[in-house]
Amino acid sequence: MSMAKPFDDRTALGRAGRLWRRWPPLVVAAAGVLTLLVFVALTAQWLRPYALDEQDLLNRYAPPVFMGGDWAHPLGTDGIGQDVLSLMLRAIQVSLSIAFLGTLIGAVGGTILGFAAAHFRGWVDGLVGVLVDFQASLPFIVLALALLAVMPDADMGTFVILMCIYGWERYARLARGLALAAQEQGYVVAQSALGSSPWRLYLRHILLNIAAVLVVNMSLNFPATILTETSLNFLGIGIEPPDTSLGVLMGQGRSHLYKAPWIALLPGAVIFVATFSMSILGDWLRDRLDATTR
Amino acid sequence: MSGRWLAKRFGRALVTLWLLMSFTFVALHLSADPALQILGPEAGPEAIADFNRRWGLDRPYWEQYVRHLGRLAILDFGQSFRTSDPALDMVTARVPATLALMLPTAVLALALGIPLGVLAAIRRNTLVDRAAMTAAVVGYAIPNFLVGILLIYLFSVWLGWLQPSGIVDWRSWLMPVATMASAEAAVFARFARSATAEMLGHPMMRTALANGIPWPQAVREHALPNAAIPVVTVAGLFLGSLIGGGVITENVFAWPGLGRMLVDAVAARDYSVVQTIVLLIGVTMVVANLLVDLAYGWIDPRIRDQRR
Repeated sequence: MSMAKPFDDRTALGRAGRLWRRWPPLVVAAAGVLTLLVFVALTAQWLRPYALDEQDLLNRYAPPVFMGGDWAHPLGTDGIGQDVLSLMLRAIQVSLSIAFLGTLIGAVGGTILGFAAAHFRGWVDGLVGVLVDFQASLPFIVLALALLAVMPDADMGTFVILMCIYGWERYARLARGLALAAQEQGYVVAQSALGSSPWRLYLRHILLNIAAVLVVNMSLNFPATILTETSLNFLGIGIEPPDTSLGVLMGQGRSHLYKAPWIALLPGAVIFVATFSMSILGDWLRDRLDATTR
Repeated sequence: MSGRWLAKRFGRALVTLWLLMSFTFVALHLSADPALQILGPEAGPEAIADFNRRWGLDRPYWEQYVRHLGRLAILDFGQSFRTSDPALDMVTARVPATLALMLPTAVLALALGIPLGVLAAIRRNTLVDRAAMTAAVVGYAIPNFLVGILLIYLFSVWLGWLQPSGIVDWRSWLMPVATMASAEAAVFARFARSATAEMLGHPMMRTALANGIPWPQAVREHALPNAAIPVVTVAGLFLGSLIGGGVITENVFAWPGLGRMLVDAVAARDYSVVQTIVLLIGVTMVVANLLVDLAYGWIDPRIRDQRR
């Protein structure tokens, strides 16, 4: 990290300059956007003006207010008269929940497997290695499609599982490598000499020491998780209506691109804003927390 | 490179191939009743029994598994239940269209991304660097299908210049290639930048400069060859994933390639076709990974020594 020029604390400009350097405006904006999205994800069922299956058949393809529509449907309606705002709120809720739960469960499971591989070595290590190799042998979209081919009636839960499968391997490799490196270090040697149980050693000591790297990885990987989920659902073989996700909405909207472009473009914009904000925040977190990359 | 290392590496590739074949077997049996899955809920008991006999699903699992591997070994991938054509023939017929899309994409992505990343690293913390990296983050954060839809909206709906789908003439390549190349170039740019920046900060560069080697020559002869090593890995893996990488883009532009066939087959639960495509992509990736590992030893003598 480049050394910051010292700022003069006695002037307002100096204080502003220091604040600017510590909290870059782009990062603050990204954090604000994400806070808003999380708020929407938590409260969508109370925010949405219409029920998910409610249709206003006399008012199909109503344009959003900024394209000359009225406030009855602020973001317009789709081809069967459903309120796009209500669909969008639910879609944000579903897509963010899938990405969040999938990332979290995948990270926990992958870390446990990585620790197990580092602790037991031998055949456990070999097995985890083979699984990692297997996953590297298929682009994840293809693997997910093969699984969707045999899983009937995909819903939110299906996609949480798919996103765990998407992520675990990265954390397993990281946790294994970091734990192996930690085993050589003084604090671990001292703890085992003092008679700490392996559980205590891994959870209390090694995990806390490598947590920063894992968290940075989660934040960097979160946008890719959202992109993967929305891509799969965009193809129209995932979550079934009346439930929806940002990808499902875009997939439905693309056949109305000539008549009602907002159905595809609005969720697309939300996906972009979410992944872009998370990338900015992830890069910033990495620069601050992860000593290994700088 | 010792024979022992080679044998170990080939062994790993074979194990991965075996896992791939087992995966297609397990996946089909994950669903409670493949016959119901494939024939649909209206199928009568006779149709189901007939189906199970034809696919050998009434045999014990171990026997089915052995037969499954045996069939794959003689390249018998079964038939599409929709058209009754051999799945392998259907799939290979789609390969040329996919390759015709992927090769220009690969050339463009590498030719754009790598120079941009190297330039950003050399001019680190300047306007060039910031602009290139912001472009890379944006390129990475926009999903492929959104880029595709925006392009269709702009050039087909609004301007009416380009056909939105299928292969009509050379112009049909413009939008799909631009869609995929922009995303891949962003990945290469980020990667090439960090690899180059790391080498520029390496102590050997200071030594080279202290020995009176001019900066451009030191960059050209010392930093870049070393930075090339990780970039080659990523590029190799990318070439391996080409064949499956276009699933989304092919679907946006109704491109008659493998990716579109895969999604159609998944939607119709045409399992033989899905399995054939999965195995074809998997084998390509395993071979690509193997070649990358071999190439590693060739371009980096240090790794060659470790493998003795």
